[in-house]
Formats: sequence, C-alpha cells, structure tokens
Amino acid sequence: MKQLIETIVKPLVEHPEDVQIDVIEERNHITYKLSVHKNDVGKVIGKQGRVAKAIRTVVYAHAQATEQKKVYLKISE
Amino acid sequence: MNQVTTTGQTVDKAIESALKELNTTRDYVEVKIIDEGKKGVFGIFGSRPAIVKVMLKIDPVEEAKQFLKDVCRQMDVDVTIHAERDGKRVFFSLSGENIGNIIGKRGKTLNALQTLTQIVLNHHSSQFLIAILDAENYRKRREESLIQLANHLARKVIREGKQISLEPMPSYERKIIHSALANEDRVTTYSVGTEPNRHLVIAPK
Repeated sequence: MKQLIETIVKPLVEHPEDVQIDVIEERNHITYKLSVHKNDVGKVIGKQGRVAKAIRTVVYAHAQATEQKKVYLKISE
Repeated sequence: MNQVTTTGQTVDKAIESALKELNTTRDYVEVKIIDEGKKGVFGIFGSRPAIVKVMLKIDPVEEAKQFLKDVCRQMDVDVTIHAERDGKRVFFSLSGENIGNIIGKRGKTLNALQTLTQIVLNHHSSQFLIAILDAENYRKRREESLIQLANHLARKVIREGKQISLEPMPSYERKIIHSALANEDRVTTYSVGTEPNRHLVIAPK
C-alpha cells in the first residue's frame, strides 16, 4: 500500500526525494500520512482537490481489495 | 546514458556520430551546439572541429505509459498497455486479467487513473496533451449502455410528463447522452450543478 502511494505520487512532484509516508495503524482503520515538499503540496492536491481526489480513489480501490481495515489518506506539508 | 558530447568535422557529422552512440534518431533528441567549428583554409589550417551536445528527449507518452504500468503492478494487476498518439490526444488501452479492479464502479478508478496519467503526461511535455484511458473496451461498452439508458429514460419522460435527473457523470459521459437525445424533439436535455457533481436532466418539451 505504501509503495502504491509512492508510485503514484513521485512522478507528480518536483521533489520526489521529499515524499514521505507515515503509517498510523489504529484499531478500526489505518491512516497513511503523506507529506511532500512545501512547493509540491499544490501539485498533489490540484485544482478543487482534483488530484487528491484521484489519488484517494485509486488508493481506496486497492485498499478495498486487499486491506481488512478502513484506510485513510492524509496529505500534509 | 542520456546524453553525449561529440565532435566532428561539421555540426551534422558530429550529430550523426552522437545519434549512433545513443542508438536513436534525430526525432528523439535535443541538440545543443557548443562549437560550430571552422573549416579553415583548404580544410587544414586553422580548422576547428564542431562540438555538439546531444540529449535524449524524454518521451511524455513513454513516461506516462511507464507510470500506468507501475501503478497497475502495485495494484496487483498485470496489464499490457498500448499507447497511441493522435494530435494532442493520447490513447492508452489497457488489457489483462482482473482489469475490473482498474475500472472500478462505473469507471471511477479508471477515470481517476486518467486524471493522474494526464498530469504525468504533461509533466514532460511542452504541448498540452489529453490522456484517454480505456480498459478492455470499457469506454465503448459504457457508451452503448449510456445511449440505451438515455433512450429508456426519454421514453419514460414522454410517458409520464415529468423530468428526470441522472446521477453525476463526467463531461464526456454527459455529452454522449446529450447527443443521443439531440434528435428526439419531445424531450430536452441540460446539465445542472457544478463539477464534480454536475448532472444531466431530461425534461419534457
């Protein structure tokens, strides 16, 4: 799952080396905290959150097929 | 190896040997002339060889194709992708087993991948390009079922004299319905709301 997020996000940003994903596992859900370079935040969110929505759609689709728990994706600087 | 610097008697000759070294053709490289060279007298005295720097151009289509392939592999779906460029539109057709996971409910995942692929495509391109994704002819099948749905709902609208709202759809899917009912003069179609919740309404005339 972490790898999938990396594969999606890295080609979208100017600073792929600053892409970092933290996994927080809780009882009922797993939260993936995605942080990117300050200048890349806009790139992964996009106009009206279009890009963020697309990333979430793909990630959640895969989560539904493989994970037992509910998955969330948070985007931060 | 992405770039080489070569020398030759003339600029053209220098480029030629660079292309040979990179094993490619003129269309896929960017050439920077460092020194045009000088012929000199009788080609002997005071002559200076031409120096060029030749860089392999990043092909946006190849780059986007690789991106799609990588993402699909991470989703445990083994796909073969065929990419074709027609002007500013680039078609990617995906095929393979378990392709349903890539399409998603009503093409939700496929549309999301399309958005992402378009960004990757334009990341490396100087010209604006549009990505169109299709999986196992899904778009064609969807078009047929949308036309069927449009005709079915149009009959219902005529019969009951009441307007019907459809669920939100992306613009190209709405367009299919609009044009399917353009010639039906007993109903009229229009879209309301803002993206991504914009949806179509079929109303009696």
